[in-house]
Amino acid sequence: MISVLRRRRLFSTAALGISMLATALGIAVLAAILGTLIFEGFRGWSWATFTQSTPAPQSEGGLLNAIFGSLVMTAIGIGLGAPIGMLAGTYLAEYGRHSKVTPVVRFINDVLLSAPSIVVGLFVYTLVVATMGHFSAIAGAIALAIIAMPVIVRTTEDMLRLVPTSLREGSAALGAQPWRTVTSVIYPAARSGLVTSVLLAVARISGETAPLLFTALNNQFWSSDLTKPMANLPTVIYNFAMSPYENWQVLAWAGALMITLFVLVLSIIARSTASLFGGGQSGAP
Amino acid sequence: MKREASTETVFRWATFCSAMLVLALLAGVMISLIYGAWPALKAFGWDFLTTEVWNPVTEKFGGLAPIYGTIVTSLIAMLIAIPIAFGIAVFLTETCPRWLRTPIGIAIELLAAIPSIVFGIWGLFILAPILQQHVQPWLIEHIGPWPIIGALFQGAPYGIGLLTAGIVLAIMVLPFITAVMREVFLVTPTSIKEAAYGVGATQWEVVWDVVLPWSRAGVIGGIMLGLGRALGETMAVTFVVGNAHRINTSLLAPGTTIAASIANEFAEAVGKLYTSSLMALGLILFVLTFVVIAGARLLLMRLESGGNRRQA
Repeated sequence: MISVLRRRRLFSTAALGISMLATALGIAVLAAILGTLIFEGFRGWSWATFTQSTPAPQSEGGLLNAIFGSLVMTAIGIGLGAPIGMLAGTYLAEYGRHSKVTPVVRFINDVLLSAPSIVVGLFVYTLVVATMGHFSAIAGAIALAIIAMPVIVRTTEDMLRLVPTSLREGSAALGAQPWRTVTSVIYPAARSGLVTSVLLAVARISGETAPLLFTALNNQFWSSDLTKPMANLPTVIYNFAMSPYENWQVLAWAGALMITLFVLVLSIIARSTASLFGGGQSGAP
Repeated sequence: MKREASTETVFRWATFCSAMLVLALLAGVMISLIYGAWPALKAFGWDFLTTEVWNPVTEKFGGLAPIYGTIVTSLIAMLIAIPIAFGIAVFLTETCPRWLRTPIGIAIELLAAIPSIVFGIWGLFILAPILQQHVQPWLIEHIGPWPIIGALFQGAPYGIGLLTAGIVLAIMVLPFITAVMREVFLVTPTSIKEAAYGVGATQWEVVWDVVLPWSRAGVIGGIMLGLGRALGETMAVTFVVGNAHRINTSLLAPGTTIAASIANEFAEAVGKLYTSSLMALGLILFVLTFVVIAGARLLLMRLESGGNRRQA
């Protein structure tokens, strides 16, 4: 009897020990990835990396045009995706609260949230690139907007639902139309939550590569023309890393570190504003 | 007052139309893929799903190799990621000291925030050489001669290939599966756990025989969500899979996946049939991931509403 008990206890301890090892493995992999990324990435960071355009093989250059292109396309992508996403999120949380289509929209949005981004690239290719007849930065921005939208719809709805119903009732009691309530009471009350939602969307799309490969394509030179192919960090990283030229590979690591730092910093800011928001909520009467 | 009312109408419609745009987006993606894939589907019919040939010169295309690669790499990823995610979730919900929970939780979530291209470049320059020099020779030498299973580990160690892609995918989907598992483990009622401890169950028995059966639907939902990601992941795979349109029994050989084929070839594809065949692959991928993700969401959604009902 005692031996059975001992065996069960031993087994339990061993199994939980293995679960601890699994956690250690997960942390170790994260550390290994970030470690090599920082080591290899900083090697490629120099003044030229931020001030010169992408070079030819075996010559000096930087990533300026790619950084510029990524910023432009991410900005336009968010500019298009955020307002539409917020309005849709507002419908789900406010106007459509009891509508029959709301669960359907929410479900489809959740599916789109994890749909493969390369398929979005194919969609935008058919819709924009094939229609225009050539690759363009605007096509890339539209693809990014489509990827950003479900993120914003989802988080906007979540954040608006956190606003207490009493605020809506108070506003309605003062005779405000629902749109007044939404724009003057609910949006301000959920402000930091909405900021978080946009930050998360920026973090999501700034590292996206697949949908840009055949929408924005790439451009070795400086370009600010939205109707032409434009360089962008993810595509440059992809092309340079797969090349046999060492200076290109070094720049690929440098770019990868840039994007990762950007995304991680954004996620951390988003997380801290979200927790601030949560704190404000619990403190509210 | 009248202006207020008309603004109300406009605003209401704007929100409604934006919500409808979500549905239109799904329909648009579906229609554009079918439209784009039509020439290939007409030319090859069902053979597209069963032939391996991929020849841009003779314009003969079959999707079997990328479909096979997609499924195999995702299975490898699941095989590796599920036990590790389960271990992490158990550790975080059961044994981990309270002060360590948040930092470890954040670290695992950081893993989810890293862009997929970083996993790709890391896999290509760091992981693949390690596998090539240390792991794959060992596999070939020791597991290669085994009957049946051995066939999966034969040939030359290339470093890149289906196995490497599967490992990188496992790392990528790990945080997603862990997050869902941890969430559903945490909502297991304390009372039934305490009841199990009360009748003398060990900590592991509580996890395996009480917590896991209780949260089964959520765990399956989380796994399917991870599978959906693995099937559609593009960049991390494209770097390390080798991009070879053939089916090889060995997991160490280069192969390709649907997403990697599209990423690698679409921009340079010439000819209507070539482009259309890649579109057809995209259509297959979209339908496949849609089914998996929709299933996962339905499971998780039912769980959420069920949980609310229990509370009510």
